[in-house]
Amino acid sequence: MTQELDFHELQSLAAEILGIDPNEIQLDKSFQRDLAADSLDLVELIAAVEDKYDVELSEETLEGMKSIRDLWVFLEEKQKSKAEA
Amino acid sequence: MSHELSDKTALVTGGGKGIGAAISRALAGMGANVVVAYRSDSAAAEQVAHEIEGKAVRCDVTEQAEVEKAVKATGRVDVLVNNAGAVRDRLLLRMTAADWDDIIKTDLTAAFYTTKAVLAAGMLRARWGRIVNMSSVVGITGNPGQANYAAAKAGLIGFTKAIAKEVGSRSITCNAVAPGYVRTELTTGSLTDDMVAELVKFTPLAREGTAEDVAAAVAFLCSPAAGFITGHVLVVDGGLSL
Repeated sequence: MTQELDFHELQSLAAEILGIDPNEIQLDKSFQRDLAADSLDLVELIAAVEDKYDVELSEETLEGMKSIRDLWVFLEEKQKSKAEA
Repeated sequence: MSHELSDKTALVTGGGKGIGAAISRALAGMGANVVVAYRSDSAAAEQVAHEIEGKAVRCDVTEQAEVEKAVKATGRVDVLVNNAGAVRDRLLLRMTAADWDDIIKTDLTAAFYTTKAVLAAGMLRARWGRIVNMSSVVGITGNPGQANYAAAKAGLIGFTKAIAKEVGSRSITCNAVAPGYVRTELTTGSLTDDMVAELVKFTPLAREGTAEDVAAAVAFLCSPAAGFITGHVLVVDGGLSL
């Protein structure tokens, strides 16, 4: 059984860690430019995402994480491969 | 008792004995809820914990999984004192790879495990924290027969400075305290009465250092008053290394 990914859930998780309003968390937002997240914010967020969604991000993937969309797409792909497994 | 650290939780590794016990008592005296982590001497740790109304937790800090488990069980840690340490003194030509590895693991790698676990478990998010790493003057001056210990304690100083820079933006300070020779269980094998008398002769403050002297320095670095001090190495040796 696979769960549907809930964007609101990701919104509230990211908002809590970045200390901003959940509505600010939109797909086209860049972590650094729009959300003023520094490198430490990003590793904190990734750690929380790994914990919550039971996934692991390689260093390479982490480097490619520039926007909420990158993170969302990553989670969707993980979800898909879990469903197929 | 002051209230400088009331509502704060402090984790002191090796907090049941020697300098660690004095640190546990000093932080409790500032109002902190102290978790006394120990590896083998549960009786000593339980006694200290009982005395300061804290909690004793068994944790081998050389095992990352154990550290993570203990930190998770504690919840948010506001003050971390990486104090657990060991010595295995031998001249280099007699030192085995195991003597080297064990000491590096206990005295240096363990601080990496605990610091990482504590930051991840809530210190970063809390946007406030104090990390104090117990180094040693030996990590600055070197000492024959202690190549492993000196290397680990010098390593802790580099670690302290790197972490100070990494987490400073979160109002988390990271400092090191470098004690001189203090008679505790750890040093009974290496510090005889004659040696202490000889050391005192060369100590400007002309007396032997105590665990309480060291604990007072740690307590200061953990206090709100030390909020603008980070990446510092505070030497507590009565001036011996000058």
